[in-house]
Amino acid sequence: MTHGVVPPPATTAAVDGAMARRRGWGWLLLVPGMLYLAVFFVFPTVQLFLTSLYDPSGNYVQGYTLTWHFANYLDAIRDTWNLFVRSFIYAGIATGVCLLFGYPLAYAIAFKAGRWKNFMLVLVIAPFFTSFLLRTMSWRTILADQGPLADFLRTVHILPHDGRLLATSVAVVAGLTYNFMPFMTLPLFASLDKVDHRLIEAAGDLYSSPFTGFRKVTFPLSLPGVVSGTLLCFIPACGDYINAELLGTPKQYMVGNRIQSAFLTEHNYPLAASLSLILMAIVVVMVVAYVRRVGTEELV
Amino acid sequence: MATDVATPPLTGPGPRRVKAPRRSPTRWLSDHMVLLIGVLVLVYMVVPIGYIFALSFNQPTGKSANAQFSAFTWNNWTSICAPEGLCDSVKLSLEVSITSTILATILGTLMAFALVRHSFRGRGVSNLLIFLPMATPEVVMGSSLLAMFVSVGMDSVLGFLTIVIAHVLFCLSFVVVTVKARLQGMDSRLEQAAMDLYANEWQTFRLVTLPLAMPGIVAAALLSFSLSFDDFIVTNFTAGQSVTFPLYIYGAKLKDFPPQLFVMGTIMFLVSFVFVVAGEVWRRRRARAWAA
Repeated sequence: MTHGVVPPPATTAAVDGAMARRRGWGWLLLVPGMLYLAVFFVFPTVQLFLTSLYDPSGNYVQGYTLTWHFANYLDAIRDTWNLFVRSFIYAGIATGVCLLFGYPLAYAIAFKAGRWKNFMLVLVIAPFFTSFLLRTMSWRTILADQGPLADFLRTVHILPHDGRLLATSVAVVAGLTYNFMPFMTLPLFASLDKVDHRLIEAAGDLYSSPFTGFRKVTFPLSLPGVVSGTLLCFIPACGDYINAELLGTPKQYMVGNRIQSAFLTEHNYPLAASLSLILMAIVVVMVVAYVRRVGTEELV
Repeated sequence: MATDVATPPLTGPGPRRVKAPRRSPTRWLSDHMVLLIGVLVLVYMVVPIGYIFALSFNQPTGKSANAQFSAFTWNNWTSICAPEGLCDSVKLSLEVSITSTILATILGTLMAFALVRHSFRGRGVSNLLIFLPMATPEVVMGSSLLAMFVSVGMDSVLGFLTIVIAHVLFCLSFVVVTVKARLQGMDSRLEQAAMDLYANEWQTFRLVTLPLAMPGIVAAALLSFSLSFDDFIVTNFTAGQSVTFPLYIYGAKLKDFPPQLFVMGTIMFLVSFVFVVAGEVWRRRRARAWAA
């Protein structure tokens, strides 16, 4: 991607990429946006890093002093490692379930829906038409102890007499799954919709069973959608704290809950900043490892 | 290359065998299985929205509106602005998201044009810097912005300005990606043709490039608007004392939960729905007009 230290010969410019890109002053168009990202993304991340090294004995009223106190990270991990583990397990399960159910949905829309295709697509994006918090509140009503679902499950003895749906890990994971399902389905649909039907027919002509055809032709072709779908689910799910707060109890809290309360309620900035950076570091490492493993060149 | 004879020809010699009938019962079942699972997932996705509709007509009982259904009423719809601050929060959300959408769309479209159309050194770094905000969990982005606002002494002015700064930031990358995808799919020969027909650069841009890129730009703006209007986590960190609609809902959950919130949710749903359907109808009609 980058040309390295040695400037490339001028002739490569003409063949760089499918479309002829022009050299000149066009890159100036990039400047305002890049400045914006530098000032409001890079600089804040540096500030967050510095904040994480403040002296933890300071407080909100008197202010903190920067003492390069790296032990903040050890303290943060020691106190909250279980929240990290829980966050990644919840986010992982939710992403897995989204893939498991989002894939058939995307497949059905792309190949089986016929004239209902557009209608089904509108239903997929319908959750975006109304507020995320309201939808989660609405789940709270559905899963409530006196709610219809809990009643039904108790009647058919799936749930014990005093069993609850709300305020359990299941509710939190179900909420995460619900909220990120469209982010999984849409990229999957986008790549499945592009699959050339003739390739699948060719697989059939060459005596592959429908399942083998799917495994060897359709699924590999939909891999870019799988990658972007899982990333679009997993990354926000790791940092989410609304589902844990509205559908769970403090026993289900995730690392986002802790960051929020440390920052906004306790004003313990060093702790909140170290937690944020640890979360970001883990997510970046996981994403890079995953993208390398699946082997897609283009990140987005 | 020329010596490679190992690959057999695609259609072998001899009579081509007739394909076995495909309509076996298992295949029938698997066909409809996928559709069935798909429909069930859709139901799962739509049920909470139905609940919001239903709850907007619910007569609240005593302590909390979201506990149970009790009785049907129109009252919530006729007194939307009755809960204190609700309509103000919606107004603030609209102002914030319209401002951020305009700014993010302009900045992001310029960046997308630079990345697709121009060659320069450092593209890799630029792409990485655009990708990173999308790979950052919202809670991290919110806390880093707040850490910066506090350290530069802006914590006293937290409000409209800081919310807009934050929203433009997370919308920007999505705009770049959306517009870039559209530009990459465009046929550059159309522009060459315009230039061959003696259009100057500006005319080519205004009459050919921009109209072709427009669907991408509009999609990016709509995406920005919906991301910004519905954002809770980043806003929670950067809003200070200001209350946007999502923050209002969050605040209301701690106290009584006024049913007017469900009315507002229903109205938002209906407005977006009408917009999407109208846009689709308009697009189709235009496509037909072009074809004719």
